[in-house]
Amino acid sequence: MSAYATDVATLARKDVLLELRSRDTLPAMLLFVVSALVVFHFALPADASDRAEIGLFWIALVFTALLGLTRAFAAEREQGLLDGLVLAPVDRSAIWAAKAISVVVFLALAEAVALPAYALFFQPVGWELVAAVVLADVGIASIGALLAAMAAASRSRELLLPLLFLPLAIPAVIGGVGASVAENPASFLGFLALYDAVFAILAWASFEYVVTE
Amino acid sequence: MSSPNRVAAAALATAAAGLLVGGIALAIFWAPEDADQGFSQKIFYIHVPVALTAYAFFGFGAWKALRLLSTRDSRYDLESYTAVHMGVIFGLLTLVTGSIWAKTSWGQWWSWGERQLVLFLVVFLFYSAYFMLRYSTDPGPRRERNSAVFALFGVALIPVSFLAVRIAGTILHPTVFTHDDGVAMPWEMFLAFCICLGGVLALAATFYRVELAGKRIDASLKELREQLA
Repeated sequence: MSAYATDVATLARKDVLLELRSRDTLPAMLLFVVSALVVFHFALPADASDRAEIGLFWIALVFTALLGLTRAFAAEREQGLLDGLVLAPVDRSAIWAAKAISVVVFLALAEAVALPAYALFFQPVGWELVAAVVLADVGIASIGALLAAMAAASRSRELLLPLLFLPLAIPAVIGGVGASVAENPASFLGFLALYDAVFAILAWASFEYVVTE
Repeated sequence: MSSPNRVAAAALATAAAGLLVGGIALAIFWAPEDADQGFSQKIFYIHVPVALTAYAFFGFGAWKALRLLSTRDSRYDLESYTAVHMGVIFGLLTLVTGSIWAKTSWGQWWSWGERQLVLFLVVFLFYSAYFMLRYSTDPGPRRERNSAVFALFGVALIPVSFLAVRIAGTILHPTVFTHDDGVAMPWEMFLAFCICLGGVLALAATFYRVELAGKRIDASLKELREQLA
């Protein structure tokens, strides 16, 4: 493994371990996504179409991701850890990559609960939905890790992040919903892959400017 | 403003007034009326130039943001901020004029089937968040760089959203209304449109200069106040 990959793996392991020990964010995300699905069941009229349910699933997913992202840099901020990380002899973009990986892990765990719950409450889950969710996770985590670092530097952190994040999440929602309702999901999955690539490269390249003092 | 600046601003303002008055007069009295939309199609000569100007401002703001990140010269921060500020104002104008056009030709103030307008709404929301980011971060190099990175994300979001709205339009929304401007236009219409575009761009450049000068004066006033305090 190259030095860069080792740095990323070590930093990501740190985030996952920290979460496993403190159990701050993950239980909240799991409970939130299930509660949101239950609320959505009552928000829909009894004769609502299956397509509306898919839309609500994506809303639940985006808001669960937001919940996780608002806490993504909590430890760094509260303990002044970010200064230490920036001083450490690692490439700054490795900090972003590790944070994005840990966000993907938490999101995947939340979805491992959300998808079966959705299948139980609403309708069977097709392969297109799973594929779209996996692809959207990568994009959401890439953008989210960068925006969370930006929001952590501001005065109104928890308030700011959704405002920054939601307009950028609109293409992911279009791709995700489209993959489930369209006749040919391939074009929407391809679009999601493009979205991931564009924003992951951009976030990877620009993270250094966000954390340097 | 120093005096050569003042002369340039006055020249730009005069050019904007001349081109706009001329362009609108040509559009109303000379260019042929649209066969099925009639007189209401004339808003095209304002709506489309304003939309293109807003995109030009967002692109210009991202270019200045890139310059800031590569040179670390904080002069580009105010320039990028002013460009985004102007872009948001022109973006709001685009949404308002687009909405008026939608009302007169289809009887609805808003139509999700109109892709260009939907794309504009996404971009407008994104750049409105730019202001929230700026206002809630303390002034300094950190804020300059965060704003610059966010402005750069905007120019990536525009083509990605364009693609998203386009593929969504084929399946999620019925595409009853399609405009194909530009190619099939008679040359009189196109000439009037180009003059209007030139007028709006000159007006935008005037606004940009005045606003940038105002923001610079604000910034130096703030510095003076801090030194006195």
